Amino acid sequence: MVYFQFAIKMIPSVLMIVSPILIAAAGGMICERSGILNIALEGLMTIGAMTAAVSHILLETKTGFSIPLALLIAAVSGGLFSLIHAFTCVTLRANQIISGTGINLLSNGLTVFVCQLIFRMDRSMNYRMGMRQGLFGIYPTIIIALVILAAVWFLMYKRPWGLRLRAAGEHPQALVCAGVSVNKIRYIAVLLSGLFAGLAGACIVLTQDIQFTVNTVNGKGFIALAAVSFGRRFPLGILGSGFLFGIFSSLAVNIINIEGMQFIPSEVFNMLPFLITLLILIVFGGKSQNTLGKVITRAYASPKPKVIR
Amino acid sequence: LTNRTYKRKRQNLNNAGELELSFRINDMFTASSWTASVIAVILGFLTATLFLRAIGRNPSGMYQALLQVVSGFDSRRGTWNARYVGEWLVVSIPLILCALSMGFAVRSGLFNIGAEGQYIAGVTAAQITAIFFPPVPVLHLAAAVCAAMLAGAVWGGITGFLKARYRVSEVVAAIMLNYIALYLHRIITMRIPGSSTFRTVDFPVTASLSSSALAYLTNGSRLNYGLWFAAAAVVIYRIIMEKTALGFSLRAVGFNREAAQHAGIRVKLNITAAMMIAGAFAGLAGACVSLGVFSYGRILSSFDNYGFDGIAAALCGNCTGAGIAVTGLLFGMLKSAQPLMQARQIPGEITSIIMALVVVFLSLRSVIQMFAEWRMKRLRIKEVS
Repeated sequence: MVYFQFAIKMIPSVLMIVSPILIAAAGGMICERSGILNIALEGLMTIGAMTAAVSHILLETKTGFSIPLALLIAAVSGGLFSLIHAFTCVTLRANQIISGTGINLLSNGLTVFVCQLIFRMDRSMNYRMGMRQGLFGIYPTIIIALVILAAVWFLMYKRPWGLRLRAAGEHPQALVCAGVSVNKIRYIAVLLSGLFAGLAGACIVLTQDIQFTVNTVNGKGFIALAAVSFGRRFPLGILGSGFLFGIFSSLAVNIINIEGMQFIPSEVFNMLPFLITLLILIVFGGKSQNTLGKVITRAYASPKPKVIR
Repeated sequence: LTNRTYKRKRQNLNNAGELELSFRINDMFTASSWTASVIAVILGFLTATLFLRAIGRNPSGMYQALLQVVSGFDSRRGTWNARYVGEWLVVSIPLILCALSMGFAVRSGLFNIGAEGQYIAGVTAAQITAIFFPPVPVLHLAAAVCAAMLAGAVWGGITGFLKARYRVSEVVAAIMLNYIALYLHRIITMRIPGSSTFRTVDFPVTASLSSSALAYLTNGSRLNYGLWFAAAAVVIYRIIMEKTALGFSLRAVGFNREAAQHAGIRVKLNITAAMMIAGAFAGLAGACVSLGVFSYGRILSSFDNYGFDGIAAALCGNCTGAGIAVTGLLFGMLKSAQPLMQARQIPGEITSIIMALVVVFLSLRSVIQMFAEWRMKRLRIKEVS
């Protein structure tokens, strides 16, 4: 009974933690389905969190719409940065892991650098008021997350473009034969993942924090990456894995408040998402998508109509 | 053909794409010349300079800070202090070792993004051995360093084994193992009697790597015997890679997995071995930091980022022993100049931006390749017509 009450009390906090993971994972899934591995999710989320915090602080006193504006600006800046990844990976066919690592490193430096310029310290100022809670103390971010996930599902499975997206990852050559540009689809996929990652970062900073620090995102991007792997790159799978990981993260914070459970270190719950994903990778490892992370040669990637005489 | 060999043949065919990837990794980072790295570094510095100029700061402060780190000479006050040089080397030691870890994997056609996790495994093992091993001079220290290397090797070996046996992508597996290492480190280290939430009890003096001679030479810096470990590691890296049968087979696997298999090299064993040796380098980095710089065991709350910066250093250094030594010192210089830049009204994070830009510019290396392909095509068209 005590545990049941506690579970009820934990729901708002779980939903708060789950929503950014779901948003970022939805973007990561689109990206991986198109054949590009985006390990820069963490960095893009950091950039989104920084831009959201900065724009919210600067606009807070001037307009009542500063939170939606901050979310929008964060999404756009995340998208802009993801274009670096798209350009190096798709156009220049560079290694996706290196490009992703580069963006992660860049975001760590750049975000603190901007804070140094604007606030003259290694973090942002505190804002007066973050996002307001709705009914039952639940943040509206979960609605954004569920809408995005539903939209992504619709796009991927009910629209022709979704079929092309999946083909770009599974069999790009077939797509070339059908006369569709693989590069264009991959560009859009990476851009979408950047937009969503930026939005997710904004959701984290506006709901879970009162300022931006370099530790605001703190591995949530990699949890999202794990959620994509654990959910086997299906929208429903991601919904499940996102909620599971959110519950673990919430337990990591709240375990000290549960009677009789204090003997479990909170780190166990922090670790579980990664451990479970690793085990799932071992079980399904060999059956993973074949073209993911592989570079396809230019001859296949950009179909130019050749006139046969 | 039995069913099993038939299946294996099919698998090999599926691996063709993977083979192309590993070939390209090698092609891009080992076969190419020094020029690309030098150009990337220069472009990185140039962009940072323009960037500082654009936001209205004086970029000369950045170069003064870098000069002070390398030579110890403070151009503002006109004083000389060797301590800065010592601190530069202190930062470079783990960076070089983590870069060697990454480089070793790349030469074998793998990508070791897990140096961070292996580093933490090394830190944990070194700290536990330092606290619980009987304080016998020399033996105590040797045990702690060996334990750290072993722990790193095991942690890297897991990644390699999963790759070889279950075909799990080493990148995703290593990311997961990084975080597992961090939280496992916290769980284990906080159980040591006398630990608070951020540190353990002090080590016995016999476990310390600190050297009074080196500290005296550099005017009381934290420079320690780890310097010799790093230097030895660079030499050993070169010897293993270039002069031994093991290194040859590793490089063969890196160049062409298929051909190596047909030549009778045991590819799966080699992948695991490569990741184990890579992990041992990162584990040694953990020992150098925890035993050399600190006199107590730390309980990390987040990554130290040596592993991730090491990736940048390895890629920039073309994954050769000498190259990694140079870029490790270069990136160590950037890292240790951060507080000095802060004092000159330049945000210290500009150094992280330079490092990241170097990596991004390096990935533009394929532009050159594309240009070559384009020229070939043009030539072919000319020949036909």
